[in-house]
Amino acid sequence: MLNQKDILSTIEMIDQQHLDIRTITMGISLLSCCDPDPKRACDKIYEKITRYAEKLVKTGEDIEREFGIPIVNKRISVTPMALVAGASETEDYVPFALALDRAAHTCGVNFIGGYSALVQKGMTKADERLIRSIPEALARTELVCSSVNVGSTKAGINMDAVALMGRIIKDTAKATEADDGLGCAKLVVFCNAVEDNPFMAGAFHGVGEAEKVINVGVSGPGVVHHALQAVKGQPFDVVAETVKKTAFRVTRMGQLVAQEASRRLDTPFGIVDLSLAPTPAIGDSVARILEEMGLETCGTHGTTAALALLNDAVKKGGVMASSSVGGLSGAFIPVSEDEGMIAAARQGTLCLDKLEAMTCVCSVGLDMIAVPGDTPAETISAIIADEAAIGMVNCKTTAVRLLPAPGKTVGDTIEMGGLLGSAPVMPVHPESSADFIARGGRIPAPMHSLKN
Amino acid sequence: MNAIVTVVGKDKVGIIAAVCALLAENNVNILDISQTILQGSFTMVMAVDVEKARVPVGDLRTLLEELGKKMEISIRIQREEIFDAMHRI
Repeated sequence: MLNQKDILSTIEMIDQQHLDIRTITMGISLLSCCDPDPKRACDKIYEKITRYAEKLVKTGEDIEREFGIPIVNKRISVTPMALVAGASETEDYVPFALALDRAAHTCGVNFIGGYSALVQKGMTKADERLIRSIPEALARTELVCSSVNVGSTKAGINMDAVALMGRIIKDTAKATEADDGLGCAKLVVFCNAVEDNPFMAGAFHGVGEAEKVINVGVSGPGVVHHALQAVKGQPFDVVAETVKKTAFRVTRMGQLVAQEASRRLDTPFGIVDLSLAPTPAIGDSVARILEEMGLETCGTHGTTAALALLNDAVKKGGVMASSSVGGLSGAFIPVSEDEGMIAAARQGTLCLDKLEAMTCVCSVGLDMIAVPGDTPAETISAIIADEAAIGMVNCKTTAVRLLPAPGKTVGDTIEMGGLLGSAPVMPVHPESSADFIARGGRIPAPMHSLKN
Repeated sequence: MNAIVTVVGKDKVGIIAAVCALLAENNVNILDISQTILQGSFTMVMAVDVEKARVPVGDLRTLLEELGKKMEISIRIQREEIFDAMHRI
């Protein structure tokens, strides 16, 4: 029989340390829905999603009940919509977003991702139409998430797209002004976007993927934090070992759930994403893990090193626990979704520049950060360019999800509720980057992209 | 198919009897029981066979939770695989 201590430790992890499966995400290819008639294409999209994902939520709930492990989100990701909508003879892509939203509501999922365009090297007409429709699409839908990939290690950074995205983010904030610019929480700008990411808002179903697939994202900052409390004052080797062991356990659970969901839904298992994803709940924070390592407040000197250790140990522990690891896989640092980060930002210890440094050593990027509503579009573009450069040069995924809340300024807080949390508005540098962004063109790929 | 029933809470008369009666009513066979008082609270772990149970594990969970509420203790049932996955290589 199983050891009683092990059984009780698992239950304690679930009950008191917020151990959960963060998301089961079903990836669905929509390439078969292309149609010259936009209305017919939308009908095909709705029909295919609701057919494939009909039992997704029910299956997730069944597994939750039988295994006694909370599965917080059930979601859907689809083929980047620019590729599907591009086949239709229309300039208005918003109906495609509405079709996704309807399908998501019918299936009962929390979010649907894939209102996306991949423009790292250049923009097709369809890509540009989709990007320009994002503000309206996000304002008129509830569950649709959008992402745009503007750079990659292989292609460099498309600075025309970077410039455009600064304006699109501002427009999205304006279009959802009544909700403090909430639309921006559903919009991510990537460099080196991955095709099998189960996490929102950046999930989409890549063209290299199968017809449909199940990807699972685990969580567990609370469990790691708790484990580290037992090794107070010990050297970093011990810290790393402790994180690895914990990550192994958390990931094994993710693997089990992924396989079970894949079997029940008759859908191939894709990957387990080893991300340490926080929530705004007390005791579920990545920032508190860093502080447990000996930092007074997250954001002070030493934070980047602590995060580097954490990120690496999570991967090393998790990789043996799953047959297939993918997605973003690393520690997330979304400010508004992490109770410790919110506190550190409010106190002024955690600033945008430090967060940028932290994104060099973890997944994914400047995530869920509120900036003043009057931040110029060019400044947002420049922040995207900096982040994309980090991703491009370091061959990793980076992303920007900024919330320029209309009418808000430093000292204010945006309340989004639920998993999205609340974001204290953080200052940006007032000096202009406008001439830099106005240049346009492409930043060439780095030397080490030439590997062949 | 095996599952693990765990009972944690303040010790009182009749906990084991009540849990066992509910399991028996639903044709669930008990394979192993271990029980201790851990840091002052009653802690029982049971391995059970739910292969021939009258209702699915999900429904057993509801029944046990209701019983737990009545007795002011926490009772849960989870499929054994989750513990195997987390603690065995």
